[in-house]
Amino acid sequence: MELLIQQLVTGIATGGIYACMALAVVMIYQAIHHLNFSQGEMAMFSTFVAWQLLQWGLPYWAVLPLTVAVSFAGGMAIERLVIRPLGQAPILSHIAVFIGLFAVINSLAGFIWDFTIKPFPSPFGEGSQLGGLISNHQIGMIGVTLVVLLFLYLFFRYTRIGLAMRAAAENPASARLVGIRVGRTVALGWGMAAAIGSIAGILIAPLVFLEPNMMLSILLYGFAGAVLGGLSSPAGAVFGGFAIGVIENLAGTYIPVVGDELKLPIALLLIVTVLVFKPTGLFGRPVVQRV
Amino acid sequence: MSPLLQVSDLHASYGDFRVLHGLDFAVGQGGVTTLLGANGAGKTTTLRALCGMIRHSGRIVFEGADIAGRPTEEIVRLGIAHVPEGRGTFTGLTAEENLLCGAMARSDRGAIAADVERVYGWFPRLKERRRQQAGTLSGGEQQMLAIGRALMLRPKLMLLDEPSFGLAPLIVAELFEILRKVGEEEGVALLIVEQNAALALELADRAYLIETGCMVMSGSAAEIRDDESVRAAYLGY
Repeated sequence: MELLIQQLVTGIATGGIYACMALAVVMIYQAIHHLNFSQGEMAMFSTFVAWQLLQWGLPYWAVLPLTVAVSFAGGMAIERLVIRPLGQAPILSHIAVFIGLFAVINSLAGFIWDFTIKPFPSPFGEGSQLGGLISNHQIGMIGVTLVVLLFLYLFFRYTRIGLAMRAAAENPASARLVGIRVGRTVALGWGMAAAIGSIAGILIAPLVFLEPNMMLSILLYGFAGAVLGGLSSPAGAVFGGFAIGVIENLAGTYIPVVGDELKLPIALLLIVTVLVFKPTGLFGRPVVQRV
Repeated sequence: MSPLLQVSDLHASYGDFRVLHGLDFAVGQGGVTTLLGANGAGKTTTLRALCGMIRHSGRIVFEGADIAGRPTEEIVRLGIAHVPEGRGTFTGLTAEENLLCGAMARSDRGAIAADVERVYGWFPRLKERRRQQAGTLSGGEQQMLAIGRALMLRPKLMLLDEPSFGLAPLIVAELFEILRKVGEEEGVALLIVEQNAALALELADRAYLIETGCMVMSGSAAEIRDDESVRAAYLGY
């Protein structure tokens, strides 16, 4: 029983990271209707930036907002410089550009900070609570994730700019006709996705260690979460992310064949299963429309 | 008094296919102007060109400034609200959120809540459905929502693309009656594109007739209505 609870807690903690990545993917998908394969590498690069700032001696709680701000600007810059010029180019062009971005960011991080594995500190300390059931860092991960998600919910639900972003994502032509500057909302979406990704990267780095390939599997779990919840549903993607975290941990523990090695294929299996049986995901129903 | 909108030599094309061949027309300050014409004459294209939604050339002077070639979202900010073909509903947002979107271009945020109530005054049905997903509203309700959304801009000029399309005659009559009152009481000039010529001529002060991208007739609504050829071709009596 204790093992089960422990695995559930661990699953929820890493699931929060997957949820953040899934949400970042969905935000960009909503804005430009393409999956950003370089989302994970953007997050990895942000985490390196945070590591560098820490190395320079800045305190952790200054590094976090600073990294988020740098990532936000970086995300907007990528949209302006690389994605916007693509315009309405066919899907293959987008995929090629995303893979290119993936390779460039990955190599750039390796070039600047080399490929050796680096430890990344946790601001929450080493200890654990409830008799070892949950580590301080896991509590921190869950806490920060929930704060981020709550903030985003309030932003999209109650602010004018949040409403503008939702409107622009759903119907760009109509959005222009009410005076929404759609180019800006798309750039903002990229900035926010990059910022969310940076938080996910910083939170997971103490567990997976820092190196240029650290986000590879994390992004796959994020994709799985996004597909499971539904690419058209931000809330669904968050749920999907948490669900993937729990499923991954439980399968790794209780299905002997799976173990640690076969966790990742489970994510892939889930993606395929969902796409075959319920392509819109659990919550991403096609919008009801009467004509 | 100079007109609110003066269009001269307006050309527009979709790719290589030219749709408008030099239109000239004007919309006065206030009042209702209608563009009539058969399917494919270029009525919708004209409205889309006015809003910078398609490539065009010529002069479009609104309140003394040439707005031809400006991006759509900037044209809207000058006070031109477009109720597009197909209504352009944000189907996943609630009815009220759709209305709030209409006020996105405005800077006087304090007055927006009052304007939502003003729109509900015109369309009480929308108030009942304010929290409902807009895509689930009926066709008539979505048309009301589109007009309400346009009013949220506090526009000087409202462009309406086939407001009667796909609606039951009773709803259409109700809608046009509201449009007439809205135009008068809010001081908004209306430019209405309609296939239902009889309906539009009843509402309009001034009318233009387009055939295959060219202006073939213009005059007061009464003159157009009484013209023998228009009567035979468009009114059917």
